[in-house]
Amino acid sequence: MKLNINGKPVEVAADPDMPLLWALRDVLGLTGTKFGCGAGFCGACTVQLDGEPVRGCQTPVSAVGTAKITTIEGLSASAWGRKLQDAWVALDVPQCGYCQAGQLLAAEALLRSTPKPTDADIDAAMSGNICRCATYTRIRAAIKQAAAA
Amino acid sequence: MNIQLSRRHFLFASAALGGGLYLGLSPQRADAAEAGQLNAWVVVPPSGPIRIMASNPEVGQGIRTSLPMVICEELDADWAAVEIVPTLADAKTYGRQVAGGSQATPVHYENMRRVGAAARAMILDAAARAWGVPVAELSTDKGHVVHQAKRAPYGQFAAAAAALPAPDLAQVAVKDPKSFRLIGSFQPGVNNRAIVRGAQPYGIDAVVPGMVHAAFHKSGVQGAKVKSANLEAIKKLGGVKDALIVAGTDEYEGLAGGVAILAETTWHAQRARAALQVEWSDSPAAFQSTSAWAKMAAEAKGKPPGMPIHATGDVSAAMARATKRVSADYAYPFIPHVPMEPINCTAQVTGDKVEIWAPTQNPEPGRQAVAKTLGVPPENVTIHMMRVGGGFGRRLQNDYMVEAAWIARAAGKPVKLTWTREDDITQDFLRPGGWHFLEAGLDAQGRCIAWDNHFISYGRDGKFVRAADIGPRDFPAGIVDDFRVGATLLPLQHTTGYLRAPSNNAFGFVTQGFIDELAHAAGADPLQYRRDFLGSPRIIGDPKARGPYNTGRMRAVLDKAAAMAGWGRKLPKRTGLGIAFHFSHLGYFANVIEASVATDGTIKVHKIWVAGDIGRQIVNMAGATNQVQGSVLDAIGACMGHAITFADGAIEQRNFGDVPMLRNEQIPPIEVAFLTPDYPVTGLGEPAYPAVAPALANAVFAATGVRLRALPFDTSLLKA
Ligand code: FES
Ligand code: FES
Repeated sequence: MKLNINGKPVEVAADPDMPLLWALRDVLGLTGTKFGCGAGFCGACTVQLDGEPVRGCQTPVSAVGTAKITTIEGLSASAWGRKLQDAWVALDVPQCGYCQAGQLLAAEALLRSTPKPTDADIDAAMSGNICRCATYTRIRAAIKQAAAA
Repeated sequence: MNIQLSRRHFLFASAALGGGLYLGLSPQRADAAEAGQLNAWVVVPPSGPIRIMASNPEVGQGIRTSLPMVICEELDADWAAVEIVPTLADAKTYGRQVAGGSQATPVHYENMRRVGAAARAMILDAAARAWGVPVAELSTDKGHVVHQAKRAPYGQFAAAAAALPAPDLAQVAVKDPKSFRLIGSFQPGVNNRAIVRGAQPYGIDAVVPGMVHAAFHKSGVQGAKVKSANLEAIKKLGGVKDALIVAGTDEYEGLAGGVAILAETTWHAQRARAALQVEWSDSPAAFQSTSAWAKMAAEAKGKPPGMPIHATGDVSAAMARATKRVSADYAYPFIPHVPMEPINCTAQVTGDKVEIWAPTQNPEPGRQAVAKTLGVPPENVTIHMMRVGGGFGRRLQNDYMVEAAWIARAAGKPVKLTWTREDDITQDFLRPGGWHFLEAGLDAQGRCIAWDNHFISYGRDGKFVRAADIGPRDFPAGIVDDFRVGATLLPLQHTTGYLRAPSNNAFGFVTQGFIDELAHAAGADPLQYRRDFLGSPRIIGDPKARGPYNTGRMRAVLDKAAAMAGWGRKLPKRTGLGIAFHFSHLGYFANVIEASVATDGTIKVHKIWVAGDIGRQIVNMAGATNQVQGSVLDAIGACMGHAITFADGAIEQRNFGDVPMLRNEQIPPIEVAFLTPDYPVTGLGEPAYPAVAPALANAVFAATGVRLRALPFDTSLLKA
């Protein structure tokens, strides 16, 4: 199967039913995408398909087709991604950090479509991503900082 | 041989709370000296970045940033230029390597200052010799030695310094805290950049050449063993490499029995697991049921407690003399830890050597358990302390380490064991639930003169299960003279464990809710009633034992939180302010919460004001604020929905759908202030948690007149 991951064509030998999450992690060794619940609740596995955030644990690799996959390893290629990364570091958003790949990919999609998000925009875009450490206060602040940068 | 390791063997460090660490540097080794290893934590190479070891497990509490900051401050190196290097689990060298009990800071803070200062003193000594000037004429600045116009990087003197005798840590001079530049500042976590690039490995990301992925299927009813399983059918499934029965050991909390499936990927292992058919043996845990326990607790009410815990004075006489008696029943459920990174461990067994890559909060007991279960010497077990995707106390237990090691040996190849979220929830070491049947007597002025607590909790063999115990001196023992607490234990076979601020996470809710009831019964303002309850500044408890607290420090944070929130101000209808305080894990915390309650019972938290006192110094303002915000919201989450229930011996909840977590849109603003009176520096992982739930319940009471006495909150009681 041919995939396009972070701008590069990649050949992956995976069962078509295998969720993209596991193809990335266990077949391709791209471990930045995280397993949190495997059931669509938490958003730890968030990646982007053609710029739209999707849940990697709920997306069979066969359903990706020609869509361009962006994972956390490819986030720096986006100008919004770099702004978000800088804000995330500067405001010390991560605690354990485990959910943050998913948070960042959701936030990048938000800023690309809504460069000046309101609190309600942030609520709507980020609601699918659980942070067990509850870094939400700083996630919100960092999105605003990136939007203003 | 690895230079750092060989050197470490000559270092002996021992740490004890209040006791202090000494670091004996015995005969120098040429290889270590050349590499510039000044002690177990500091390496100043001839060129390139200075390396500071991060020797404690990182679970998101920021310890891999904060303790190296302490060393760096006293070393006077350039924080922006140092390299932070995580160490192996090696308690002989590094002392206590535990992420638990909010202890890492109090245990290590003063010692790490001395470690940094000692390394700096060695560099200065070598520089003075090299330049032929007295040490007193030298100063340091960002990793450079300075003498008048001369300035040279530490590395220039490192080899010579490392060959010098190490100073006595007890004697080494440390900075005047007034001159701190790094300690007390806001420093983002040292792994942040890697995290935001997806380049930070966690335990679950470990890769060992030749490894296979494992699922481990256990009975939801703990203690059941595999009688038979359709292994042959499983082995034929796509991607499956092997399937085997783990017999398990017989002792409680030993290696559990189950079926291990080894496969090409985690997904293949889990897919095959869905086709697994297992016949389980009977388990002594099969009786467990939430409704049965509730009945047992209700039956225990009004009967004498099964075991006395602590009593002072004469409670019965004081109750008889009281003008008013107030009683209330409080309850809280089992709750899970659900760290974001599911439980996992990678292990490789070669002969009698075991290598482990684990997200663990507490590696040393894991080493011992692996050694014991596999029958290998403990020193043959190497543990890589991977960055941990959340702990909350779950990973103080190392059951998964033993499982991975056992399965890896049986498989004859390296194994990565990954639990599913369902495994995590159904096999958790739960925060035990409990009930408190409380009665208090008030005198004519409304003062509390008698306190009686019949505590219902869980036990086995006549003892509390882990983390279910109440301490004889727990608040308000020592404050109310005529005081009694006794306990009745309900049977339990499921594993329990420490969860953020163990015991206190529940007792804070109970005591601060009940005191609020007493304030209202006395017709007093809840803030003033608490101030009077604490009384004049004094130490309660044995100053030499762990856990005594200073009522003056408690009152100071209470007053601070009240001032921050504008306590006493007028609020709209169905909106209220609640206040609470709690002392735990050496930290003093008070909160005020403003909340409103909609007519359908929905609670909205408007704002939380937090005042804390963890001693004279905050090490890292970034990590400290994070810990407080995280603890506060963790506690709010517990009010809103976490509860584990049992039926037919097993846990009923499965995934986040049954254990709702707080989400972005539910987060109130949180304002945090630290008081820094001149007391020893202590930790922050836990103490900000316990006073939150009661402050919210008290706010709900202020808003509605309805007293919430059970967690999680039943909002149906709040409908207008
Ligand atoms: S792992 Fe995919 S939503 Fe949780
Ligand atoms: S930072 Fe730990 S789960 Fe979000």
